[in-house]
Amino acid sequence: MSTLAVREAAPAAGTTPGTTQGPGWRRRIALVPTLTLLLGAVYTLLPVAWVVIASTKSGHELFSTFTFLPGTGFTGNLRDLDAYRDGVYWTWMGNSALYAGIGALLSTAVSAFSGYALATYRFKGRETMFNVLLAGVLMPPVILAIPQYLLLAEAGLTDSYLSVLMPQILSPYGVYLARIYAAAAVPDDVVEAGRMDGASEWRIFTRIALPMMVPGMVTVFLFQFVAIWNNFLLPFIMLSDDEKFPLTLGLYTLLEQGSNTPALYTLVITGAFLAVLPLIVLFLVVQRFWSLDLLSGAVKS
Amino acid sequence: MTSPTSRRPYGVKGAPYGFLLPATLLFALFFALPIGYAVWLSFRKMHVSGLGLGAGARSEVWAGAENYTAAFQDSELLNGALRVLGYGCVVVPVMLGLALLFALMLDSDRVRLAPFTRLAIFLPYAVPGVVAALLWGFLYLPDVSPFSFVLDRLGLPQPDLLDGGPLYLALSNIAVWGGTGFNMIVIYTSLRSVPAEVYEAAKLDGATPLQIALRIKIPMVAPSLVLTFFFSIIATLQVFNEPTTLKPLTNSVSTTWSPLMKVYQDAFGRNDIYSAAAEATLIAVVTLLLSFGFLRAANRRDKQEAAR
Repeated sequence: MSTLAVREAAPAAGTTPGTTQGPGWRRRIALVPTLTLLLGAVYTLLPVAWVVIASTKSGHELFSTFTFLPGTGFTGNLRDLDAYRDGVYWTWMGNSALYAGIGALLSTAVSAFSGYALATYRFKGRETMFNVLLAGVLMPPVILAIPQYLLLAEAGLTDSYLSVLMPQILSPYGVYLARIYAAAAVPDDVVEAGRMDGASEWRIFTRIALPMMVPGMVTVFLFQFVAIWNNFLLPFIMLSDDEKFPLTLGLYTLLEQGSNTPALYTLVITGAFLAVLPLIVLFLVVQRFWSLDLLSGAVKS
Repeated sequence: MTSPTSRRPYGVKGAPYGFLLPATLLFALFFALPIGYAVWLSFRKMHVSGLGLGAGARSEVWAGAENYTAAFQDSELLNGALRVLGYGCVVVPVMLGLALLFALMLDSDRVRLAPFTRLAIFLPYAVPGVVAALLWGFLYLPDVSPFSFVLDRLGLPQPDLLDGGPLYLALSNIAVWGGTGFNMIVIYTSLRSVPAEVYEAAKLDGATPLQIALRIKIPMVAPSLVLTFFFSIIATLQVFNEPTTLKPLTNSVSTTWSPLMKVYQDAFGRNDIYSAAAEATLIAVVTLLLSFGFLRAANRRDKQEAAR
């Protein structure tokens, strides 16, 4: 049942619409749309292509050779990055993976609980609770992060892993997505049948509803993983010990130092290239069984 | 509580609250409490007696609306708001225009390479804002920029992309690059949910693809356009990462370029958390007013359309 919704949405990932045309029509390519999209792809891929090429250049080549000409310094750059402050870059990458992995997992669990409750139960204050949770989206992150910092400072928790992890567990958008998926994937009569069989509410959730919600929860996990991986502001405010920095903050401090010493530019560029690699690989891998449409709350094609 | 029959309905009734407990606790701790604390701080100030030395010389006292009057009269905050307004006037229309264009193109008949281009245009979503600003920052930097290289070879003048008017375009471009793909997916998803029969009649009547797009498809996806517009405005008001990251590359981005950067600067640069709290509260109120105003206007239009 649960995979059905995804399977239906999956063809949207690639197939060209319009099956009613004759064989002569099918061979013709719509030139304007195809070219427009290709131009769009060139625009979005340009900086990515640049960073891939620039990361192969040595410091000298970076300023002397044409931008899109590959250089010879990639292994040298990697070695420099590895040597920089005893390999602090890899610590940053590990931290990012830790924050994003654990944070997204907890966030998905909280979203699943909340979304399931909001979608399948009729109870007093349901819409109010949902709207209040959603209003969290409207709060500018700086406005939350500064008092969060001051309060965590009172508790002696700033500059710790927890200070970056905890504020990111509740995701209003995650709850919103989870509610939509739960409403679409978990039929009321299945929950009712579970009750008739004498199963507890918790058991109905874990054994019946949760497996049906898996595709939607994968989406919430990915969304939150990307959000935490890309977050800069919260660690920027919370952390001062660079051993706890995630990649975004680490690269920023590297760039800040690099503005005085161009020799660090190659480190920043190589670091930026390695920082986008994991997420691009992640998206290419999950493409096989997961559709982008799910990210916008699509449940059926 | 003792007999299973009486526990049953209680369990069902209490269950949703149980499931919502973690979210409620987190909301109270990391949303409600900090917001309340910020509002409280915004009405406080530091009172310094004498030279401000010694343990008892500094104390927190009630400030009334003092911090708010100061925030209203702060020209730098206003200038920041105007800068962000100018920036938003470029980002939102261009980004959503491109997102709509790409979504319509993806949805057209006989388009080729759609899976590849769709993924490519979406790709910047997976690139952290800091890294995006960093990549474009280097592409703007005259020493390494391919644009400057080409212009130089052609003997044309090279505009400094990191200063003055072009700086707005340079910053806007980073936001457009990062945000178009996600919005394209949202619009495209809602385009695909329109049943094909809707277009068939128009096609039989000889409508061109352009006419179908303008007269049928765009009105059909209006709700998702409203939604993306709404979220884009909110994201624009909150711009922080991109100008902060560009700052090391240029002197034209001040530490108070956007209102949120000013809040950060006041809180941690000047250590005046009270002014920062007042400014933050002000920005939050403006955001909420704009949001509700916009949603109400959108609702009213919906009702008018329905009444027609």
